[in-house]
Amino acid sequence: MTTLLVLTVLVLVAIAIWQLTKIFELSQLRVDASKSEIANDSDNRANGYLLFLFLIFIYGITIFSFAKYTKVLLPEAASAHGGEYDTLMWVSFAVIFFVQTITQALLHYFGYKYRGEKGKKALFYADNDRLEFIWTIIPVIVLAGLIISGLYYWTEIMDVNEEDDPLIVELYAQQFNWTARYGGQDNVLGDASVRLIDINRANVLGLDESDPNATDDIIVKELYLPVGRKVNFYMRSQDVLHSAYMPHFRAQMNCVPGMITQFSFTPTITTEEMRLNPDVVDKVKRTNQLRAKWAAEGRPNSDPWEFDYVLLCNKICGKSHYNMQMKIVVVTEEEYNDWMAEQKTFTETLLAANGGEEKAPLENMETTEVVAINE
Amino acid sequence: MSAVAHEHVDGHAHDDHGHHHKETFITKYIFSQDHKMIAKQYLITGVLVMGFIGIAMSLIFRMQLAWPGESFAIFETFLGKWAPGGVMDADVYLALITMHGTIMVFFVLTAGLSGTFSNLLIPLQIGARDMASGFLNMVSYWLFFVSTVLMVVSLFVEAGPAAAGWTIYPPLSALPMAQPGSGLGMTLWLLSMTIFIASSLLGSLNYIVTVLNLRTKGMSMTRLPLTIWAFFVTAIIGVISFPVLLSAGLLLLMDRSFGTSFFLSDIFIQGEVLHYQGGSPVLYEHLFWFLGHPEVYIVLLPALGITSEVMATNARKPIFGYRAMVASILAIAFLSTIVWGHHMFISGMNPFLGSVFTFTTLLIAIPSAVKAFNYITTLWKGNLQLNPAMLFSIGLVSTFITGGLTGIILGDSTLDINVHDTYFVVAHFHLVMGISALYGLFAGVYHWFPKMFQGRMMNKNLGYIHFWITAICAYGIFFPMHFVGMAGVPRRYYENTAFPMFDELTNVQVLMTVFAIIAGLAQLIFVYNFVNSIFYGKRGPLNPWSSNTLEWTAPQKHIHGNWPGKIPEVHRWAYDYSKTYENGEYIIQGQDFVPQHIPLQENEEELNH
Repeated sequence: MTTLLVLTVLVLVAIAIWQLTKIFELSQLRVDASKSEIANDSDNRANGYLLFLFLIFIYGITIFSFAKYTKVLLPEAASAHGGEYDTLMWVSFAVIFFVQTITQALLHYFGYKYRGEKGKKALFYADNDRLEFIWTIIPVIVLAGLIISGLYYWTEIMDVNEEDDPLIVELYAQQFNWTARYGGQDNVLGDASVRLIDINRANVLGLDESDPNATDDIIVKELYLPVGRKVNFYMRSQDVLHSAYMPHFRAQMNCVPGMITQFSFTPTITTEEMRLNPDVVDKVKRTNQLRAKWAAEGRPNSDPWEFDYVLLCNKICGKSHYNMQMKIVVVTEEEYNDWMAEQKTFTETLLAANGGEEKAPLENMETTEVVAINE
Repeated sequence: MSAVAHEHVDGHAHDDHGHHHKETFITKYIFSQDHKMIAKQYLITGVLVMGFIGIAMSLIFRMQLAWPGESFAIFETFLGKWAPGGVMDADVYLALITMHGTIMVFFVLTAGLSGTFSNLLIPLQIGARDMASGFLNMVSYWLFFVSTVLMVVSLFVEAGPAAAGWTIYPPLSALPMAQPGSGLGMTLWLLSMTIFIASSLLGSLNYIVTVLNLRTKGMSMTRLPLTIWAFFVTAIIGVISFPVLLSAGLLLLMDRSFGTSFFLSDIFIQGEVLHYQGGSPVLYEHLFWFLGHPEVYIVLLPALGITSEVMATNARKPIFGYRAMVASILAIAFLSTIVWGHHMFISGMNPFLGSVFTFTTLLIAIPSAVKAFNYITTLWKGNLQLNPAMLFSIGLVSTFITGGLTGIILGDSTLDINVHDTYFVVAHFHLVMGISALYGLFAGVYHWFPKMFQGRMMNKNLGYIHFWITAICAYGIFFPMHFVGMAGVPRRYYENTAFPMFDELTNVQVLMTVFAIIAGLAQLIFVYNFVNSIFYGKRGPLNPWSSNTLEWTAPQKHIHGNWPGKIPEVHRWAYDYSKTYENGEYIIQGQDFVPQHIPLQENEEELNH
C-alpha cells in the first residue's frame, strides 16, 4: 500500500516537473530576448524572489523541526557529567542558531535585493581590512570560549581514576552481543585474554583461572548499576571494533580488540525515577500508541514498551550491528546489593560447566551459530 | 561510453587548424593527451556514471530505512539474491552504504570534481597550451578508469562488495569471517583504491607543476583566479595525504593476505583464536584519517574555488578580499592536515591528544568563517546575474554555513561523545561537504559547459528547476536528520526497529526518504539537460558570462594548444568587474568588465587586492 502511495507521489512529481518545463519553455517563446541561455532581467527577478522565499523556507523548516522534533530528543541526562554536557550543548546551539539566522538572512536577502537589472551598476568593492579583521576576531573570541569550556569538561570526563571507590565493570563486546563483568567482592577484575577462552568450560571471556582476582568476578548479560556511585568501565572486544554507546548517560567509548579502553560516569537517576520523568512518560505513551497501531497491522516488534536505559553498539561491526544491545538498569544501593547477591561467581559458573547444563556456554554457542549462518 | 558521446559532439567540427600531427579517432577521443578532452572524460566517467550509481544506491537504502523490512520489487530487480522476495538483506545494506560513501567521496567528488575542472581550467585560465605533461595526464585518467572498472566489478562478486563502511576499519575489513563483504569484495576495493591513488598523485603532480611553471607572461601568483589557487592547493594536499592512505591500504592488504599483524591483535572469532598479536586498529584509524580529513578539503576546496569565480562573475563585482581568500585557502589546507584526530575522540586514543585535536579543529572554523563572510559581502551591492551556476554558488554558501556550524559541536571533543557516529554526523558532513561540493560541481558544469562543448549552452530553465528542487530537498533531507542524530540513532543501522526508543522517529525517516527520492529524480533533469545540450544546446557568444578570465578568449572550437597564434598576455588580476574611473565611467566604455589580457588604460590605477 505504502509502495503504491509512494509510486503515485513520484509519478505526480515527475508530471509536475514535466509540466513546469513546458510552462517555462512556452513563456520563453514569447519574448525574443529571452531566447538566449543567459539570465535576463525577468530570470533575475523570478529567481531573486525565489531566493527570498527560500530564506523563509529555511526558517520554516527550522521552526517546523524544532516544534515537531524537540520531543524526540533524549531526555534529561542520567549521569553526573550529563548536566554539564547538556548545558554546553545548548550554549553551542544558541551560538549556532544566532549565526545561522543572521548569515542565511544576509546571503539570501542580498540575493533578492541586488538581483541584476540591465544598466545597473555594481559597486567595485574589493577589500576592507577593518571588516575582515572584525569577522576574523569575532569567531576567534567565540570559539576560544567554546574551546576552553569544552576542554575543561573533556579533561574532567575523561579522567578515569580510582578516587571515590568506583565500581569496576568490564564491558565485553563481541559480534553481536554485550557481556558485563563485575570485579566481585574484591572489586578487582581478574586478568583475561582471548587466548584463554575455553567454551567447553564456559570461560567465555577468557579469564585467567589462576588469577585469584578472577575467582569472584561476576559475569552477566544485563548491566545493573547502583545510583550515585561512580562506575569505571573497562572495555574489551574479542573480534572487531564496537562502540559502547549509552546515550542517556552521555557516554560512549570504542571497544578495540587488543587493548582496554576506559570510560567513567556516575549514574544519577534510577530506571524507576526515569520512568516517571514527564518527558519519558510522554514518549512512552506516544510510542505505545504507535506500537498498538502496528500490532493491529500484525507487524513484528510491536509489544507495548516500558522505558529502560540501553547500551547500543555504535561502530559498524557486521550483519547484526543494528541489534547489538544490552539493557542497563540503574537501581538503589540496596536493590543493587540484593541483585548482586543472587549472581554466581566466575568459579561457580566454571565448575557448573562440567555438567554441561550451564546458561553461559549455551548463549555463547548460539552466537557462534548465528555467525556461522551469516557466512 | 564516453568515447561514443564525444564522437558525436566533435563530429560536427572536424577541423584540423593546420596541425603538425595527424589525429586518429583513438588519439583524439580515447587516448587523448589534450587536457580539454581528458576533463570531459573525467566528467562523464566520474560524475555521470559513478554519480548515478552512487546516488541510486543511496535511494535504495533510504527506502529500507523509511520502510524497514518491507518488500519492494525494485530491490529484487537491483539486488537480486541479496533481496529475496524484495526484502533487503542486512549484509547488503552495509555493502550499499559502504559503496555509496566510497563512490561519492572518491570517484564523484575527488576525481569527478577535481579531475574535470583542474584539467579544464588550469591550462585555460593560466594561459598555457596544455598540462605540463600531457602523457602523464592521460595515464592519470586511464588509471582512474581502471580503478573505476575494478570498483564496479567488485559490486558483482559472489559474496558481495566491501561492506565495512567507507572507512573500512579493520578488523571488520580484514577478516572474511567477520562479514562476507570482507572477502574478495574488499580485496578489489583495496586494489581499486591503490590504482585510484596512483592516478590521483599523477594528476596532482601535473597540476602543481603546470601552475608553477606554465603561467603566461604577466600571470603572477597574485593574479591567479581563485579557482586556480583552489585547484593548486588541493593538489598539494592530495600529494601530502594520499600516500598515507596508500600505506594504510598496503598494510591492510598484508594483514589480510600475508598474515602480518599491523592492525590486528587478540582476536577470537567463530570459535577460534587467530594468530594476530600486537597490532592496533587505532593505528589504522590514524593513517586513514590522515588522508580522510584532508580529503574533505580535497573535495571542498575546488568547489569553493569554482564558487569564488562564478560568484564574482555573476555579481559583476570583484571577489571581496582576494588576499584573505587566498590566505584562508592556505590556512585551511595547513590546518586540514593536523585535525584528523577529531574523527577519533572516542577511539581509545589518549584523551590529551583529543584536546589538541579539538583545539586545531575549532581553529579551522576561522578561515572558513572568513570565506563565508567574504562570499556574502561579494553579493552586497552587486548586480547579480542569477544564472543557474550563480544559484548553485549561493546554495553552496548556504549549505556550507548550515553544515559547517554543526562542526562546532562535532569538533568539540566533549560534545562529540554523545553524537559521535550518529545521524548528526551524517547530516553534518552531507551538508558541509557532500551537498556543498555537489553544488560547486553543478555550478562549474553550468558555467563552463560552453567552454567544454564548443560554445553550446545548457538550458537555463531546466537549470533553474534542477536547482530549486535540489535546494529544497537537500534541506528537507538533512535538516530533520540532525534531530534523528540528537535522539541518539546510530548511523549504519540496517533498521531501527530493535529499539522502541526510536519508534517515533520512523515518520522522520519517511519524510527524509521522500525528499531524497525527489532530489534523486531531479538529478535526471540535469542529466537530460546535459546530454541534450551536448547535441542540441544553443550556441552562445564567445564569452557568455562576460567574464574576465583567459579561458573565454580562447576560440569556441577546441584546438590543440588552446589559442591560435600567441598566448594572451596578462596585465591585471581576474576581478576587474564594474571598475570605474573616479568620474564613475567604466574603464572600457559600455562594458562592466575588463578581461585580464587588456592592458592598463591611461589614468587607470591597478587595484590588485
